[in-house]
Amino acid sequence: MSNKPGDGRFVALCLVPALVLFALFMIWPTVNVFRMSLYTWSGFSPDMRFVGLDNFTKLLDDQQFVRAFQNTVALLVVVTVITMGMGLFLAAIMTRQKLRGRDLYRFVLYIPNVLSVVVIAAVFSAIYDQENGLINGTLRALSLDGLQLVWLGDQKVVLWSVAIAMVWQSLGYYMVLYMSSMSSIPEELYEASSLDGASATRQFFDITLPLIWQTLRTTLTFFVMSAVNLSFVLVRAMTGGGPDGSSEVLLSYMYKQAYTNSSYGYGMAIGVVIFMFSFLVSLLVSRATRREPVQF
Amino acid sequence: MTHKLGRGLTYALVSTIALLIAVPVAWVLVASVKTRGEFYGSPWALPEGLHLANYVDAFVTAKMGQYFLTSILVTLFGLVLVLAVSVPAAYVVARYEFRGKGLVEVLLMAGLFVNVNYIVVPIFLMLVDWDRALIDVLPDGLFIDNPGMLSLVYAATSIPFTIYLLTAYFRSIPKDYEEAAALDGASRFRIMTRVMLPMARPAVTTVVLFNFLAYWNDFIISLTLLPGDGKTLQVGLLNLMTAQKAAADYGRLYAGMVIVIVPVLIVYALIQRRLIEGMAAGGVKG
Repeated sequence: MSNKPGDGRFVALCLVPALVLFALFMIWPTVNVFRMSLYTWSGFSPDMRFVGLDNFTKLLDDQQFVRAFQNTVALLVVVTVITMGMGLFLAAIMTRQKLRGRDLYRFVLYIPNVLSVVVIAAVFSAIYDQENGLINGTLRALSLDGLQLVWLGDQKVVLWSVAIAMVWQSLGYYMVLYMSSMSSIPEELYEASSLDGASATRQFFDITLPLIWQTLRTTLTFFVMSAVNLSFVLVRAMTGGGPDGSSEVLLSYMYKQAYTNSSYGYGMAIGVVIFMFSFLVSLLVSRATRREPVQF
Repeated sequence: MTHKLGRGLTYALVSTIALLIAVPVAWVLVASVKTRGEFYGSPWALPEGLHLANYVDAFVTAKMGQYFLTSILVTLFGLVLVLAVSVPAAYVVARYEFRGKGLVEVLLMAGLFVNVNYIVVPIFLMLVDWDRALIDVLPDGLFIDNPGMLSLVYAATSIPFTIYLLTAYFRSIPKDYEEAAALDGASRFRIMTRVMLPMARPAVTTVVLFNFLAYWNDFIISLTLLPGDGKTLQVGLLNLMTAQKAAADYGRLYAGMVIVIVPVLIVYALIQRRLIEGMAAGGVKG
Protein backbone atom coordinates (compact mmCIF):
# COMPACT_ATOMS: atom_id res chain seq x y z
CA MET A 1 0.00 0.00 0.00
CA SER A 2 1.50 3.34 -0.99
CA ASN A 3 2.12 5.84 1.77
CA LYS A 4 -0.38 8.66 2.11
CA PRO A 5 -0.28 11.71 4.36
CA GLY A 6 -1.56 10.83 7.82
CA ASP A 7 -0.36 7.24 7.60
CA GLY A 8 2.41 7.94 10.10
CA ARG A 9 0.02 8.97 12.85
CA PHE A 10 -2.22 5.98 12.27
CA VAL A 11 0.75 3.58 12.34
CA ALA A 12 2.05 5.13 15.55
CA LEU A 13 -1.34 4.96 17.26
CA CYS A 14 -1.71 1.31 16.35
CA LEU A 15 1.79 0.28 17.21
CA VAL A 16 2.76 2.22 20.33
CA PRO A 17 0.53 0.54 22.96
CA ALA A 18 1.71 -2.95 22.01
CA LEU A 19 5.34 -1.92 21.79
CA VAL A 20 5.28 -0.11 25.14
CA LEU A 21 3.84 -3.16 26.92
CA PHE A 22 6.22 -5.48 25.11
CA ALA A 23 9.25 -3.36 25.99
CA LEU A 24 8.21 -2.85 29.60
CA PHE A 25 7.26 -6.43 30.48
CA MET A 26 9.46 -8.46 28.16
CA ILE A 27 12.50 -6.64 26.81
CA TRP A 28 13.38 -4.76 29.98
CA PRO A 29 13.01 -7.78 32.33
CA THR A 30 15.09 -9.91 29.94
CA VAL A 31 17.84 -7.27 29.94
CA ASN A 32 17.57 -7.22 33.72
CA VAL A 33 18.16 -10.96 34.02
CA PHE A 34 21.51 -10.50 32.33
CA ARG A 35 22.36 -7.29 34.19
CA MET A 36 21.49 -8.59 37.65
CA SER A 37 23.55 -11.72 37.14
CA LEU A 38 26.63 -9.51 37.51
CA TYR A 39 25.65 -8.24 40.98
CA THR A 40 25.16 -9.60 44.45
CA TRP A 41 21.90 -8.41 45.83
CA SER A 42 19.64 -9.72 48.54
CA GLY A 43 16.52 -8.24 46.99
CA PHE A 44 14.98 -5.53 49.09
CA SER A 45 18.01 -3.80 50.53
CA PRO A 46 19.53 -0.98 48.48
CA ASP A 47 22.91 -2.69 48.87
CA MET A 48 23.71 -3.93 45.37
CA ARG A 49 27.33 -4.70 44.60
CA PHE A 50 28.91 -5.30 41.18
CA VAL A 51 30.89 -8.54 41.22
CA GLY A 52 31.51 -9.23 37.54
CA LEU A 53 31.39 -12.90 36.73
CA ASP A 54 31.78 -14.08 40.35
CA ASN A 55 28.26 -15.54 40.40
CA PHE A 56 29.12 -17.74 37.46
CA THR A 57 32.38 -19.07 38.90
CA LYS A 58 30.54 -19.83 42.14
CA LEU A 59 28.06 -21.93 40.15
CA LEU A 60 30.79 -24.37 39.12
CA ASP A 61 31.45 -25.32 42.75
CA ASP A 62 27.79 -25.47 43.72
CA GLN A 63 26.92 -29.15 44.07
CA GLN A 64 23.18 -28.44 44.13
CA PHE A 65 23.45 -26.51 40.89
CA VAL A 66 25.38 -29.32 39.23
CA ARG A 67 22.74 -31.78 40.35
CA ALA A 68 19.91 -29.59 39.05
CA PHE A 69 21.76 -29.35 35.75
CA GLN A 70 22.18 -33.13 35.53
CA ASN A 71 18.52 -33.69 36.37
CA THR A 72 17.43 -31.23 33.68
CA VAL A 73 19.60 -32.89 31.04
CA ALA A 74 18.44 -36.37 32.08
CA LEU A 75 14.79 -35.35 31.87
CA LEU A 76 15.35 -33.64 28.53
CA VAL A 77 16.93 -36.70 26.97
CA VAL A 78 14.57 -39.32 28.41
CA VAL A 79 11.38 -37.36 27.88
CA THR A 80 12.33 -36.23 24.37
CA VAL A 81 13.19 -39.73 23.19
CA ILE A 82 10.06 -41.34 24.65
CA THR A 83 7.62 -38.57 23.70
CA MET A 84 8.88 -38.09 20.17
CA GLY A 85 9.31 -41.81 19.52
CA MET A 86 5.88 -42.76 20.81
CA GLY A 87 4.25 -39.72 19.24
CA LEU A 88 5.67 -40.56 15.81
CA PHE A 89 4.80 -44.24 16.11
CA LEU A 90 1.23 -43.62 17.24
CA ALA A 91 0.66 -40.94 14.62
CA ALA A 92 1.99 -43.23 11.90
CA ILE A 93 -0.17 -46.23 12.76
CA MET A 94 -3.24 -44.11 13.32
CA THR A 95 -2.82 -42.32 10.01
CA ARG A 96 -1.81 -45.35 7.94
CA GLN A 97 -4.21 -47.90 9.36
CA LYS A 98 -7.19 -45.54 9.30
CA LEU A 99 -8.43 -46.74 12.65
CA ARG A 100 -12.09 -46.43 13.34
CA GLY A 101 -12.76 -43.97 16.15
CA ARG A 102 -9.63 -42.01 15.28
CA ASP A 103 -11.28 -38.75 16.30
CA LEU A 104 -12.20 -40.14 19.70
CA TYR A 105 -8.64 -41.37 20.34
CA ARG A 106 -7.30 -38.01 19.26
CA PHE A 107 -9.75 -36.24 21.55
CA VAL A 108 -8.71 -38.30 24.56
CA LEU A 109 -4.98 -38.18 23.92
CA TYR A 110 -5.01 -34.40 23.59
CA ILE A 111 -6.78 -33.85 26.94
CA PRO A 112 -3.61 -33.51 29.07
CA ASN A 113 -2.47 -30.64 26.89
CA VAL A 114 -5.42 -28.47 27.93
CA LEU A 115 -5.12 -29.27 31.64
CA SER A 116 -3.02 -26.99 33.79
CA VAL A 117 0.25 -28.20 35.22
CA VAL A 118 -1.14 -27.80 38.74
CA VAL A 119 -3.97 -30.18 37.85
CA ILE A 120 -1.51 -32.66 36.33
CA ALA A 121 0.68 -32.42 39.41
CA ALA A 122 -2.39 -32.99 41.59
CA VAL A 123 -3.54 -35.95 39.48
CA PHE A 124 -0.11 -37.53 39.68
CA SER A 125 0.22 -36.84 43.37
CA ALA A 126 -3.03 -38.78 43.71
CA ILE A 127 -1.68 -41.58 41.54
CA TYR A 128 1.63 -41.71 43.39
CA ASP A 129 0.20 -41.19 46.90
CA GLN A 130 2.12 -43.46 49.25
CA GLU A 131 -0.86 -44.87 51.16
CA ASN A 132 -4.02 -44.43 49.13
CA GLY A 133 -2.73 -43.62 45.67
CA LEU A 134 -3.92 -45.31 42.51
CA ILE A 135 -0.72 -47.36 42.07
CA ASN A 136 0.09 -48.33 45.64
CA GLY A 137 -3.58 -48.81 46.51
CA THR A 138 -4.04 -51.15 43.55
CA LEU A 139 -0.92 -53.10 44.45
CA ARG A 140 -2.19 -53.47 48.02
CA ALA A 141 -5.59 -54.63 46.81
CA LEU A 142 -3.80 -57.26 44.73
CA SER A 143 -1.65 -58.23 47.74
CA LEU A 144 1.46 -57.15 45.86
CA ASP A 145 2.66 -54.86 48.63
CA GLY A 146 6.26 -55.77 47.82
CA LEU A 147 6.09 -53.85 44.55
CA GLN A 148 4.99 -50.63 46.23
CA LEU A 149 7.38 -47.72 45.82
CA VAL A 150 7.51 -44.33 47.48
CA TRP A 151 7.06 -42.68 44.11
CA LEU A 152 7.73 -39.11 45.13
CA GLY A 153 9.72 -39.67 48.29
CA ASP A 154 12.50 -41.95 47.10
CA GLN A 155 15.57 -40.18 45.74
CA LYS A 156 16.17 -42.92 43.18
CA VAL A 157 12.60 -43.02 41.89
CA VAL A 158 11.37 -39.43 41.98
CA LEU A 159 12.99 -38.26 38.73
CA TRP A 160 11.37 -41.14 36.85
CA SER A 161 8.02 -40.28 38.40
CA VAL A 162 8.42 -36.72 37.11
CA ALA A 163 9.47 -38.01 33.66
CA ILE A 164 6.35 -40.20 33.41
CA ALA A 165 4.13 -37.22 34.22
CA MET A 166 5.92 -35.15 31.57
CA VAL A 167 5.40 -37.80 28.90
CA TRP A 168 1.75 -38.15 29.95
CA GLN A 169 1.30 -34.41 29.50
CA SER A 170 3.01 -33.93 26.13
CA LEU A 171 2.51 -37.16 24.17
CA GLY A 172 -0.91 -36.25 22.75
CA TYR A 173 0.20 -32.81 21.62
CA TYR A 174 3.03 -34.17 19.49
CA MET A 175 0.97 -37.06 18.20
CA VAL A 176 -1.74 -34.70 16.96
CA LEU A 177 0.84 -32.44 15.37
CA TYR A 178 2.49 -35.34 13.52
CA MET A 179 -0.88 -36.74 12.50
CA SER A 180 -1.88 -33.52 10.81
CA SER A 181 1.48 -33.38 9.06
CA MET A 182 1.27 -37.02 7.92
CA SER A 183 -2.28 -36.75 6.66
CA SER A 184 -1.11 -34.32 3.98
CA ILE A 185 1.15 -36.95 2.38
CA PRO A 186 -0.49 -38.12 -0.86
CA GLU A 187 -1.88 -41.64 -0.75
CA GLU A 188 -0.41 -42.53 -4.18
CA LEU A 189 3.09 -42.63 -2.75
CA TYR A 190 2.12 -45.43 -0.40
CA GLU A 191 0.16 -47.27 -3.08
CA ALA A 192 3.10 -47.17 -5.48
CA SER A 193 5.53 -48.51 -2.91
CA SER A 194 3.06 -51.21 -1.85
CA LEU A 195 3.08 -52.45 -5.44
CA ASP A 196 6.86 -52.64 -5.17
CA GLY A 197 6.35 -54.86 -2.15
CA ALA A 198 7.58 -52.41 0.53
CA SER A 199 6.60 -53.29 4.10
CA ALA A 200 4.87 -50.83 6.42
CA THR A 201 8.12 -50.32 8.33
CA ARG A 202 10.01 -49.55 5.12
CA GLN A 203 7.30 -47.14 4.06
CA PHE A 204 7.60 -45.34 7.38
CA PHE A 205 11.32 -44.78 6.97
CA ASP A 206 11.32 -44.18 3.21
CA ILE A 207 8.20 -42.10 2.79
CA THR A 208 6.64 -40.85 6.03
CA LEU A 209 9.75 -39.78 7.92
CA PRO A 210 11.47 -37.85 5.09
CA LEU A 211 8.24 -36.06 4.19
CA ILE A 212 7.44 -34.85 7.71
CA TRP A 213 11.07 -34.12 8.51
CA GLN A 214 10.55 -30.34 8.67
CA THR A 215 7.74 -30.72 11.22
CA LEU A 216 9.83 -33.15 13.23
CA ARG A 217 12.76 -30.77 13.18
CA THR A 218 10.70 -27.79 14.32
CA THR A 219 9.08 -29.73 17.15
CA LEU A 220 12.41 -31.09 18.30
CA THR A 221 13.94 -27.62 18.37
CA PHE A 222 11.08 -26.17 20.38
CA PHE A 223 10.66 -29.20 22.58
CA VAL A 224 13.92 -28.43 24.37
CA MET A 225 12.61 -25.10 25.56
CA SER A 226 9.18 -26.32 26.50
CA ALA A 227 10.61 -29.34 28.34
CA VAL A 228 12.86 -27.09 30.43
CA ASN A 229 9.76 -25.12 31.39
CA LEU A 230 7.47 -28.07 31.91
CA SER A 231 9.96 -29.83 34.14
CA PHE A 232 10.08 -26.71 36.28
CA VAL A 233 6.37 -26.07 36.68
CA LEU A 234 5.75 -29.74 37.34
CA VAL A 235 8.54 -30.04 39.89
CA ARG A 236 7.44 -26.82 41.54
CA ALA A 237 3.89 -28.09 41.96
CA MET A 238 4.56 -31.77 42.60
CA THR A 239 7.80 -32.31 44.53
CA GLY A 240 9.17 -28.86 45.34
CA GLY A 241 12.53 -30.23 44.18
CA GLY A 242 12.64 -32.81 46.95
CA PRO A 243 13.42 -35.11 48.54
CA ASP A 244 16.67 -33.36 49.37
CA GLY A 245 17.19 -31.76 45.96
CA SER A 246 16.90 -35.05 44.07
CA SER A 247 14.28 -33.73 41.66
CA GLU A 248 15.55 -30.15 41.49
CA VAL A 249 15.77 -28.76 37.95
CA LEU A 250 17.51 -25.62 36.73
CA LEU A 251 14.55 -23.24 36.80
CA SER A 252 13.29 -24.45 40.18
CA TYR A 253 16.76 -23.96 41.63
CA MET A 254 16.80 -20.45 40.22
CA TYR A 255 13.51 -19.67 41.98
CA LYS A 256 14.76 -21.15 45.20
CA GLN A 257 17.83 -18.91 45.10
CA ALA A 258 15.82 -15.86 44.18
CA TYR A 259 12.90 -16.15 46.61
CA THR A 260 13.80 -18.47 49.43
CA ASN A 261 17.45 -17.59 49.65
CA SER A 262 17.08 -13.96 48.54
CA SER A 263 20.20 -14.20 46.39
CA TYR A 264 18.72 -12.45 43.40
CA GLY A 265 22.03 -11.92 41.60
CA TYR A 266 22.99 -15.55 41.98
CA GLY A 267 19.52 -16.69 40.90
CA MET A 268 19.71 -14.53 37.78
CA ALA A 269 23.11 -16.01 36.94
CA ILE A 270 21.39 -19.40 36.92
CA GLY A 271 18.74 -17.85 34.67
CA VAL A 272 21.42 -16.72 32.22
CA VAL A 273 22.91 -20.23 32.18
CA ILE A 274 19.48 -21.76 31.43
CA PHE A 275 18.91 -19.21 28.71
CA MET A 276 22.25 -19.94 27.06
CA PHE A 277 21.85 -23.68 27.54
CA SER A 278 18.43 -23.99 25.94
CA PHE A 279 19.41 -21.63 23.15
CA LEU A 280 22.56 -23.67 22.41
CA VAL A 281 20.78 -27.01 22.52
CA SER A 282 18.05 -25.71 20.21
CA LEU A 283 20.69 -24.42 17.82
CA LEU A 284 22.61 -27.71 17.89
CA VAL A 285 19.46 -29.74 17.33
CA SER A 286 18.43 -27.50 14.49
CA ARG A 287 21.89 -27.82 12.89
CA ALA A 288 22.19 -31.55 13.37
CA THR A 289 18.80 -32.25 11.83
CA ARG A 290 19.19 -30.04 8.78
CA ARG A 291 18.36 -31.95 5.57
CA GLU A 292 17.54 -30.97 2.04
CA PRO A 293 13.78 -30.50 2.02
CA VAL A 294 11.98 -33.35 0.27
CA GLN A 295 9.04 -32.40 -1.90
CA PHE A 296 6.10 -34.49 -2.92
CA MET B 1 -4.16 -62.72 8.25
CA THR B 2 -1.08 -60.90 9.55
CA HIS B 3 -2.80 -57.73 8.48
CA LYS B 4 -5.76 -58.48 10.74
CA LEU B 5 -3.48 -59.35 13.61
CA GLY B 6 -1.59 -56.11 13.09
CA ARG B 7 -4.82 -54.14 13.18
CA GLY B 8 -5.90 -55.89 16.35
CA LEU B 9 -2.60 -55.10 18.02
CA THR B 10 -2.86 -51.48 16.94
CA TYR B 11 -6.32 -51.15 18.46
CA ALA B 12 -5.11 -52.76 21.67
CA LEU B 13 -2.11 -50.45 21.91
CA VAL B 14 -3.93 -47.23 21.09
CA SER B 15 -6.78 -48.13 23.44
CA THR B 16 -4.34 -48.86 26.26
CA ILE B 17 -2.71 -45.47 25.86
CA ALA B 18 -6.08 -43.73 25.66
CA LEU B 19 -7.10 -45.50 28.87
CA LEU B 20 -3.86 -44.48 30.58
CA ILE B 21 -4.84 -40.89 29.84
CA ALA B 22 -8.56 -41.10 30.56
CA VAL B 23 -8.60 -43.31 33.66
CA PRO B 24 -6.69 -40.99 36.03
CA VAL B 25 -8.93 -38.07 35.05
CA ALA B 26 -12.10 -40.14 35.45
CA TRP B 27 -10.78 -41.54 38.71
CA VAL B 28 -10.43 -38.04 40.15
CA LEU B 29 -14.00 -37.22 39.09
CA VAL B 30 -15.31 -40.31 40.88
CA ALA B 31 -13.13 -39.90 43.95
CA SER B 32 -14.33 -36.33 44.43
CA VAL B 33 -17.66 -37.60 45.84
CA LYS B 34 -16.15 -40.13 48.24
CA THR B 35 -16.49 -39.77 51.99
CA ARG B 36 -13.44 -39.51 54.17
CA GLY B 37 -13.54 -43.20 55.07
CA GLU B 38 -13.91 -44.35 51.48
CA PHE B 39 -10.49 -42.99 50.54
CA TYR B 40 -8.81 -45.62 52.67
CA GLY B 41 -10.31 -48.64 50.89
CA SER B 42 -9.42 -50.01 47.49
CA PRO B 43 -8.85 -47.15 45.02
CA TRP B 44 -11.18 -48.89 42.57
CA ALA B 45 -14.15 -49.14 44.93
CA LEU B 46 -17.00 -46.90 43.79
CA PRO B 47 -18.40 -44.48 46.35
CA GLU B 48 -21.68 -45.55 47.93
CA GLY B 49 -23.35 -42.21 47.51
CA LEU B 50 -22.70 -38.72 46.26
CA HIS B 51 -20.84 -37.04 49.07
CA LEU B 52 -21.29 -33.52 47.78
CA ALA B 53 -20.11 -32.00 51.04
CA ASN B 54 -16.62 -32.13 49.52
CA TYR B 55 -17.70 -29.53 46.98
CA VAL B 56 -19.29 -27.26 49.55
CA ASP B 57 -16.08 -27.58 51.52
CA ALA B 58 -13.92 -26.72 48.51
CA PHE B 59 -16.12 -23.90 47.23
CA VAL B 60 -16.77 -22.18 50.53
CA THR B 61 -14.22 -23.16 53.16
CA ALA B 62 -11.27 -23.39 50.79
CA LYS B 63 -12.56 -20.28 48.94
CA MET B 64 -12.34 -21.99 45.54
CA GLY B 65 -15.57 -20.23 44.54
CA GLN B 66 -14.00 -16.84 45.11
CA TYR B 67 -10.78 -17.86 43.33
CA PHE B 68 -12.87 -19.12 40.43
CA LEU B 69 -14.36 -15.67 40.00
CA THR B 70 -10.91 -14.05 40.19
CA SER B 71 -9.60 -16.41 37.50
CA ILE B 72 -12.50 -15.67 35.18
CA LEU B 73 -12.10 -11.92 35.54
CA VAL B 74 -8.31 -11.99 35.16
CA THR B 75 -8.53 -14.22 32.09
CA LEU B 76 -11.28 -12.19 30.39
CA PHE B 77 -9.60 -8.86 31.05
CA GLY B 78 -6.27 -10.26 29.82
CA LEU B 79 -7.89 -11.43 26.59
CA VAL B 80 -9.54 -8.05 26.00
CA LEU B 81 -6.24 -6.25 26.62
CA VAL B 82 -4.13 -8.46 24.40
CA LEU B 83 -6.56 -8.16 21.50
CA ALA B 84 -6.95 -4.41 21.93
CA VAL B 85 -3.22 -3.81 21.55
CA SER B 86 -2.24 -6.69 19.25
CA VAL B 87 -4.86 -6.45 16.50
CA PRO B 88 -3.95 -2.88 15.46
CA ALA B 89 -0.22 -3.58 15.79
CA ALA B 90 -0.42 -6.78 13.74
CA TYR B 91 -2.49 -4.98 11.11
CA VAL B 92 -0.03 -2.13 10.54
CA VAL B 93 2.93 -4.54 10.55
CA ALA B 94 1.17 -6.56 7.87
CA ARG B 95 0.03 -3.66 5.70
CA TYR B 96 2.02 -0.46 6.24
CA GLU B 97 5.60 0.55 5.58
CA PHE B 98 7.28 2.59 8.30
CA ARG B 99 10.73 3.39 9.61
CA GLY B 100 12.12 0.77 12.00
CA LYS B 101 9.73 -1.89 10.79
CA GLY B 102 12.54 -4.41 10.40
CA LEU B 103 13.68 -3.86 13.98
CA VAL B 104 10.14 -4.17 15.34
CA GLU B 105 9.68 -7.48 13.55
CA VAL B 106 13.02 -8.87 14.73
CA LEU B 107 12.31 -7.89 18.34
CA LEU B 108 8.86 -9.44 18.28
CA MET B 109 10.30 -12.60 16.73
CA ALA B 110 12.94 -12.78 19.47
CA GLY B 111 10.14 -12.32 22.00
CA LEU B 112 8.68 -15.65 20.86
CA PHE B 113 11.71 -17.33 22.39
CA VAL B 114 11.56 -15.59 25.76
CA ASN B 115 9.53 -17.75 28.09
CA VAL B 116 7.76 -15.96 30.90
CA ASN B 117 9.24 -18.30 33.49
CA TYR B 118 12.67 -16.75 32.92
CA ILE B 119 11.55 -13.21 33.54
CA VAL B 120 8.95 -13.42 36.31
CA VAL B 121 11.54 -12.51 38.95
CA PRO B 122 12.59 -9.22 37.31
CA ILE B 123 8.95 -8.36 36.58
CA PHE B 124 8.08 -8.94 40.23
CA LEU B 125 11.01 -6.80 41.42
CA MET B 126 10.06 -4.03 38.99
CA LEU B 127 6.48 -3.92 40.32
CA VAL B 128 7.77 -3.91 43.91
CA ASP B 129 9.95 -0.94 42.94
CA TRP B 130 7.00 0.93 41.45
CA ASP B 131 4.99 0.31 44.60
CA ARG B 132 7.84 1.61 46.71
CA ALA B 133 8.14 4.75 44.59
CA LEU B 134 4.47 5.50 45.14
CA ILE B 135 4.40 4.61 48.82
CA ASP B 136 3.61 8.19 49.94
CA VAL B 137 0.63 8.48 47.62
CA LEU B 138 -0.61 4.91 47.86
CA PRO B 139 0.56 3.28 51.07
CA ASP B 140 -1.28 0.03 50.25
CA GLY B 141 0.52 -0.47 46.98
CA LEU B 142 -1.01 -0.60 43.55
CA PHE B 143 0.91 -3.05 41.42
CA ILE B 144 1.52 -6.11 43.58
CA ASP B 145 -1.63 -8.04 44.59
CA ASN B 146 -3.63 -6.37 41.87
CA PRO B 147 -5.56 -8.79 39.61
CA GLY B 148 -5.77 -6.11 36.90
CA MET B 149 -1.99 -5.94 36.87
CA LEU B 150 -1.84 -9.71 36.49
CA SER B 151 -4.07 -9.42 33.41
CA LEU B 152 -1.78 -6.75 32.03
CA VAL B 153 1.31 -8.94 32.50
CA TYR B 154 -0.46 -11.89 30.86
CA ALA B 155 -1.44 -9.70 27.92
CA ALA B 156 2.02 -8.13 27.58
CA THR B 157 3.88 -11.43 27.65
CA SER B 158 1.66 -12.99 24.99
CA ILE B 159 2.01 -10.06 22.57
CA PRO B 160 4.77 -11.65 20.41
CA PHE B 161 2.82 -14.86 19.84
CA THR B 162 -0.45 -13.03 19.20
CA ILE B 163 1.01 -10.51 16.78
CA TYR B 164 2.94 -13.27 15.00
CA LEU B 165 -0.19 -15.29 14.25
CA LEU B 166 -2.39 -12.31 13.39
CA THR B 167 0.18 -10.69 11.10
CA ALA B 168 0.57 -13.90 9.12
CA TYR B 169 -3.19 -14.08 8.69
CA PHE B 170 -3.64 -10.42 7.73
CA ARG B 171 -0.96 -10.86 5.07
CA SER B 172 -2.88 -13.75 3.54
CA ILE B 173 -5.98 -11.59 2.94
CA PRO B 174 -6.05 -9.97 -0.56
CA LYS B 175 -5.69 -6.19 -0.57
CA ASP B 176 -8.66 -5.67 -2.91
CA TYR B 177 -11.14 -5.39 -0.06
CA GLU B 178 -9.25 -2.57 1.62
CA GLU B 179 -8.74 -0.75 -1.66
CA ALA B 180 -12.44 -0.96 -2.44
CA ALA B 181 -13.33 0.32 1.04
CA ALA B 182 -10.80 3.15 0.68
CA LEU B 183 -12.40 4.18 -2.62
CA ASP B 184 -15.72 4.34 -0.80
CA GLY B 185 -14.10 6.85 1.53
CA ALA B 186 -13.73 4.68 4.62
CA SER B 187 -11.16 5.86 7.13
CA ARG B 188 -8.08 3.77 7.98
CA PHE B 189 -9.51 2.92 11.37
CA ARG B 190 -12.82 1.92 9.85
CA ILE B 191 -11.12 -0.29 7.27
CA MET B 192 -9.19 -2.03 10.02
CA THR B 193 -12.11 -2.62 12.38
CA ARG B 194 -14.98 -3.12 9.92
CA VAL B 195 -13.31 -4.78 6.93
CA MET B 196 -10.19 -6.57 8.07
CA LEU B 197 -11.06 -7.64 11.60
CA PRO B 198 -14.19 -9.58 10.59
CA MET B 199 -12.22 -11.34 7.87
CA ALA B 200 -9.50 -12.32 10.33
CA ARG B 201 -11.96 -14.08 12.61
CA PRO B 202 -10.41 -17.56 12.30
CA ALA B 203 -7.02 -16.22 13.39
CA VAL B 204 -8.57 -14.20 16.21
CA THR B 205 -10.38 -17.29 17.44
CA THR B 206 -7.13 -19.24 17.43
CA VAL B 207 -5.21 -16.68 19.48
CA VAL B 208 -8.12 -16.31 21.89
CA LEU B 209 -8.13 -20.08 22.44
CA PHE B 210 -4.41 -20.40 23.04
CA ASN B 211 -4.25 -17.32 25.23
CA PHE B 212 -7.31 -18.47 27.18
CA LEU B 213 -5.57 -21.74 28.00
CA ALA B 214 -2.31 -19.97 28.85
CA TYR B 215 -3.94 -17.43 31.20
CA TRP B 216 -6.39 -19.83 32.80
CA ASN B 217 -3.76 -22.50 33.40
CA ASP B 218 -0.92 -20.28 34.57
CA PHE B 219 0.21 -20.48 38.15
CA ILE B 220 3.82 -19.27 38.18
CA ILE B 221 2.99 -15.63 37.38
CA SER B 222 -0.11 -15.45 39.55
CA LEU B 223 1.71 -17.11 42.45
CA THR B 224 4.34 -14.39 42.22
CA LEU B 225 2.22 -11.33 41.54
CA LEU B 226 -0.73 -12.11 43.84
CA PRO B 227 0.89 -13.19 47.11
CA GLY B 228 -2.07 -11.95 49.20
CA ASP B 229 -5.59 -13.30 49.67
CA GLY B 230 -6.96 -12.68 46.18
CA LYS B 231 -5.66 -15.79 44.47
CA THR B 232 -6.37 -17.46 41.17
CA LEU B 233 -7.90 -20.90 40.90
CA GLN B 234 -4.62 -22.66 40.09
CA VAL B 235 -2.86 -21.20 43.11
CA GLY B 236 -5.85 -22.13 45.25
CA LEU B 237 -5.51 -25.71 44.06
CA LEU B 238 -1.79 -25.64 44.78
CA ASN B 239 -2.59 -24.58 48.35
CA LEU B 240 -5.11 -27.40 48.66
CA MET B 241 -2.37 -29.84 47.61
CA THR B 242 -0.02 -28.51 50.26
CA ALA B 243 -2.75 -28.62 52.89
CA GLN B 244 -3.66 -32.19 51.94
CA LYS B 245 -0.09 -33.37 52.52
CA ALA B 246 -0.36 -32.14 56.08
CA ALA B 247 -3.94 -33.10 56.92
CA ALA B 248 -4.77 -35.97 54.52
CA ASP B 249 -8.04 -34.23 53.60
CA TYR B 250 -8.51 -35.89 50.21
CA GLY B 251 -12.18 -35.01 49.62
CA ARG B 252 -11.66 -31.28 49.52
CA LEU B 253 -8.61 -31.61 47.25
CA TYR B 254 -10.34 -33.89 44.74
CA ALA B 255 -13.41 -31.66 44.62
CA GLY B 256 -11.07 -28.72 44.06
CA MET B 257 -9.40 -30.55 41.18
CA VAL B 258 -12.75 -31.21 39.54
CA ILE B 259 -13.68 -27.53 39.87
CA VAL B 260 -10.50 -26.63 37.99
CA ILE B 261 -10.73 -29.41 35.38
CA VAL B 262 -14.39 -29.26 34.35
CA PRO B 263 -14.55 -25.77 32.79
CA VAL B 264 -11.47 -26.48 30.67
CA LEU B 265 -12.82 -29.86 29.58
CA ILE B 266 -16.13 -28.28 28.55
CA VAL B 267 -14.39 -25.57 26.54
CA TYR B 268 -12.11 -28.19 25.00
CA ALA B 269 -14.99 -30.47 24.02
CA LEU B 270 -16.77 -27.53 22.36
CA ILE B 271 -13.85 -26.23 20.36
CA GLN B 272 -11.46 -29.15 19.96
CA ARG B 273 -11.62 -29.21 16.16
CA ARG B 274 -10.75 -25.54 16.03
CA LEU B 275 -7.99 -25.96 18.56
CA ILE B 276 -6.33 -28.78 16.67
CA GLU B 277 -6.67 -27.03 13.31
CA GLY B 278 -5.29 -23.85 14.83
CA MET B 279 -2.37 -25.76 16.22
CA ALA B 280 -1.54 -27.20 12.83
CA ALA B 281 -1.81 -23.76 11.22
CA GLY B 282 0.11 -21.83 13.84
CA GLY B 283 2.94 -24.33 14.04
CA VAL B 284 4.49 -24.97 17.39
CA LYS B 285 3.83 -22.96 20.48
CA GLY B 286 6.56 -22.37 23.02
